[in-house]
Amino acid sequence: MSSTELKPGIDPNTMSIIVTKGSLDWAYPPFILSTTAAAMGLEVTMFFTFYGLPLLMKDLSLQVSSLGNPAMKMPMMGMHMGMPNIVSAIPGVDAAASKMMKNLIKKKGVASIPELRELAVEADVRMIACQMTLDLFEYSKDDMIEGIEIGGAATYIEVATQSHINLFI
Amino acid sequence: MADQLLDAKGLNCPLPILKAKKALKSLEGGQVLEVLSTDPGSVADFSAFCRTTGNELVEESEADGIYTYLIRKAG
Repeated sequence: MSSTELKPGIDPNTMSIIVTKGSLDWAYPPFILSTTAAAMGLEVTMFFTFYGLPLLMKDLSLQVSSLGNPAMKMPMMGMHMGMPNIVSAIPGVDAAASKMMKNLIKKKGVASIPELRELAVEADVRMIACQMTLDLFEYSKDDMIEGIEIGGAATYIEVATQSHINLFI
Repeated sequence: MADQLLDAKGLNCPLPILKAKKALKSLEGGQVLEVLSTDPGSVADFSAFCRTTGNELVEESEADGIYTYLIRKAG
């Protein structure tokens, strides 16, 4: 029995995140967690699949929708207000709501997603794009930022077996 | 007393921590970074950050909504 068959001890300072959603609001948890973990000395891998894959595109135009999301209530006129589904379904409303949210984010000194993503790249967070999703939705690697890897489920599973913290977002 | 000042006022999580990490990188071990923040969440965050990274939280204080942290770089 060779030593390569023994599973090495897992370093507690390792984290992996499967990123499955790509709207403006859902982009925040994975990037905040990965950049902060990296700042705290953890080795981090992010695996972008399905609707998370567009978060790796060079040109990000992230949007948010309150459609079907009764928990989304924004500060307006001194209160928290939600938008009726029927209004969210009107063309252009999502774009307007997204613009409003981005303005709110900027006003509150919260980092933008492009900024967080750049910090993640600088911090050597490993970013893997799901090959199957690339094929499925006909994206090209040229549409994506530099420095990412392409891999499949087995690539992620291997990372996860060596990672102490594994999150699905 | 501090060797470097980082003004992170007006910035929200996780930027105070990320910028502090970047600033600490350019310091020598033993040097002190002073961080100013208006984010109330940064109180718990800087304690956690220092515990995990081994940098020393020399002092933390608050005045008029501005939090001041003195962090000594490990090493």
